[in-house]
Amino acid sequence: MQLTLEFGGGLELLCDSEKIHKVNVDLPNGVEELTMKDLLSWVRTNVIKERPEMFIKGDTVRPGVLVLVNDCDWELSGQLETTIEDKDVIVFISTLHGG
Amino acid sequence: MEKGEAKSKKPPRLCCICNERRPVLKRAKTLQQICRECFYEEEIHQAIVKNRLFKSGERVAIGASGGKDSTVLAYVLSELNRRHSYGLDLFLLSIDEGITGYRDDSLETVKRNELQYGLPLQILSYKDLYGWTMDDIVKMIGLKNNCTFCGVFRRQALDRGAALLKVDKLVTGHNADDIAETVLLNILRGDIARLSRCTSITTGEDGPIPRCKPFKYTYEKEIVMYAYFKKLDYFSTECIYSPNAYRGFAREFIKDLERLRPRAILDIIKSGEDFRIATTTKMPEQGTCERCGYISSQKWCKACVLLDGLNRGLPKMGIGRARGGGVNGGDHKKETTVKTLESKQCGSLDF
Repeated sequence: MQLTLEFGGGLELLCDSEKIHKVNVDLPNGVEELTMKDLLSWVRTNVIKERPEMFIKGDTVRPGVLVLVNDCDWELSGQLETTIEDKDVIVFISTLHGG
Repeated sequence: MEKGEAKSKKPPRLCCICNERRPVLKRAKTLQQICRECFYEEEIHQAIVKNRLFKSGERVAIGASGGKDSTVLAYVLSELNRRHSYGLDLFLLSIDEGITGYRDDSLETVKRNELQYGLPLQILSYKDLYGWTMDDIVKMIGLKNNCTFCGVFRRQALDRGAALLKVDKLVTGHNADDIAETVLLNILRGDIARLSRCTSITTGEDGPIPRCKPFKYTYEKEIVMYAYFKKLDYFSTECIYSPNAYRGFAREFIKDLERLRPRAILDIIKSGEDFRIATTTKMPEQGTCERCGYISSQKWCKACVLLDGLNRGLPKMGIGRARGGGVNGGDHKKETTVKTLESKQCGSLDF
């Protein structure tokens, strides 16, 4: 499925300084729906080019990284269990820097 | 219609406040689901009114670094000033520590903010005030304890800037996460004097310039989301000299806590507010620095001690355990910013 990924708050530095990535994600074998959990590991493998520990901690994003799915906080849609559909826009923003 | 809600197998909800629009986030404090429009500005307005932070006609300087907190602060304050007619004269005050690759970039952001929000900007540099940039300082002292120098110098620089602009008050963008981290840091270091002051929303009323933190109860996460929704322009990189800062550990801890129990941040602040110091504890007396007249609890204020050390080529002076007047820089166990009873920093204007 076609997805748009956006990185902000400094995370873009982990992906060659590109803020917006339009990607094509294939569903893992035998799975009908794509969840955020799957997407995260896909992003970690295919999009993050350096220092993955800044983005991911364990199974989920590093504490301090906000995730918005179609402009809506993922905590409202189930965090890792959120299902992703075609043409969705997912935004990752880091809050871990000076203000 | 509501893609967000349809995915989660919960019934679609509406914003708790207006009951009309679809919610876009869940407030950590209250677990309410609210929409983009109801989010945020009115809360700050309530905090300002309830704590009586400003009086009409005051000149107020906003400590602006170009980062997320100060940009949002400048935007929200100028918006509320207009909407609720606070009658304030707002200014942007920025400090240039002389950190290449970090501060010079973020200053560009502040200059853009000056134009975008129509607020006059004043920039002061460490080079002009002290004769040293942070780059020079780090070359001399190495990569540990930089934050001590920078923090002490910056606080004084902000006061000097505020005096130059002849303002009545200084506001900074410290948010709830910052304050919770500071409470923890002060506990970890046993800094009782600071612990008793660090949770006040307004500090330094008995000093040159009072300072307030309108975002005291606002979560960092909400500031970032607000900036995202309003498409505000801010600079977001970590200071290149900060990786070894002690505060980083407190921050990691707070972030992990927030994930498990979001209210923890506000609760830590509440604990900090409710601390009562035993009457038998010796607290530092507030006086003035003999060299520069700045507020201090020692003979010389910390900035003068540090500066003296730098100029004399004794960069460890003022850091670590000090005996007597703190001149013997070589006597220290570890290069940490441990503050003992002998080497307390200058007074109430430190946060």
